[in-house]
Amino acid sequence: MIREFSSADVLFILMAIRWTLILSLIAFAGGAVGGMALALARTSQARALRWISIAFIQVFQGTPLLMQLFLVYFGLAVLGLPIDPLLAAAVALTLHASAFLGEIWRGAIQAVPQGQSEAATALALSYGDRMRHVVLPQAMRTATAPTVGFLVQLIKGTSLASIIGFTELTRAGQIVNNATFQPFLVFGTVAVFYFILCWPLSLLARRMEARMRLAVTR
Amino acid sequence: MTEHAITMRAVNKYYGAYHALVDIDLTVDRGERIVICGPSGSGKSTLIRTINQLETIQSGQIVVDGIALSGAENVAKVRRDVGMVFQSFNLFPHMTVLENCMLAPMKTRKVPRAEAEATARQYLERVRIPEQADKYPAQLSGGQQQRVAIARALCMKPRIMLFDEPTSALDPEMVKEVLDTMIDLARDGMTMLCVTHEMDFARAVADRVIFMDRGAIVEENAPEPFFTNPCNERLQAFLGQIA
Repeated sequence: MIREFSSADVLFILMAIRWTLILSLIAFAGGAVGGMALALARTSQARALRWISIAFIQVFQGTPLLMQLFLVYFGLAVLGLPIDPLLAAAVALTLHASAFLGEIWRGAIQAVPQGQSEAATALALSYGDRMRHVVLPQAMRTATAPTVGFLVQLIKGTSLASIIGFTELTRAGQIVNNATFQPFLVFGTVAVFYFILCWPLSLLARRMEARMRLAVTR
Repeated sequence: MTEHAITMRAVNKYYGAYHALVDIDLTVDRGERIVICGPSGSGKSTLIRTINQLETIQSGQIVVDGIALSGAENVAKVRRDVGMVFQSFNLFPHMTVLENCMLAPMKTRKVPRAEAEATARQYLERVRIPEQADKYPAQLSGGQQQRVAIARALCMKPRIMLFDEPTSALDPEMVKEVLDTMIDLARDGMTMLCVTHEMDFARAVADRVIFMDRGAIVEENAPEPFFTNPCNERLQAFLGQIA
């Protein structure tokens, strides 16, 4: 049964955007927490923490996101812990985002001159105060643009969740295409929706970068 | 209060195989002003950086104001009482001058904001740049930045001040304003250890001048005999070079 691509299909695809957004938000929020923990562990004095964070980052940066999704979704099912596709996708994308944000933020922290940390230490600031008031605010300047850039990658990455059957934007497109068999039209529409989500973020990243540059030379 | 401000006994530090500090014995009295000089790589910066444990030592003992430098709590206590000024200023660029001066007292001494601000303004007045309080470090000249750094350290009301080549990164015309600020401080009785090559400063304020070479203290004396009658031949060569 092949039917025409209709406005109802566009609406169906449009509604699926919310799942792409929800999944992106969960992964980004989880990744922000995990990434911060990894970045701090990676730059800490404790060797064990450094090694654990390096290993985590290497594993998740060195393997395809799709494999991570499969491992969480199918792997846990085999272990007798069947989880639903949203949870599986959220967990896998969170781990993935943690590794990448951890690496971005590690670089930003290390780009803050050593003297800043030393001055804060000499003023008897605790590790927490040193990070919160001295190092991280400066690291944020370097990190903002690549972080927003990664968010764009992450939004596009959520499309892989379609493969484990989670109905987000891409999966909605597949469903419509299976009924209409108009791949150019259907996936073209899907692509336009992704672009509408991502392009403003890219612009934002560029604007933030410019503003930060201004702030530094102020 | 009979203890010395700083006592270092048999202090040794290594960077890997490199012996950076060799059997350092040094006693500093309260209110004493000490200038440390020596060729680059002689360990003078490393020496003063061990006093607030920016550098750890491998053997020996350091006691600051009666507190042995061991254990996180003691180290934190010592750091609250020891101010430090760096060659490269190290002001926090994302904070105004005033905020730079208020941060540490508010966070580590739990001073209320209003009091921290009053103290900060008072010390900015003292280093003669009260009008720059609301500017950012990048808007100031090098000499002004270094004076802010001195004010920032003073806001913690330290009993000892460490200066690590405070004028080495400055243009010649700005050196004097920083040295004048340091001289003021010395006259007020602050215990000071200054790593510097400013020999006029050493003559004017130092109680004792120390010469270091290859990680060891090789000569120490009051400024007059130190400059006019140096015993060590490496010191003689050094003085010949910088004169």
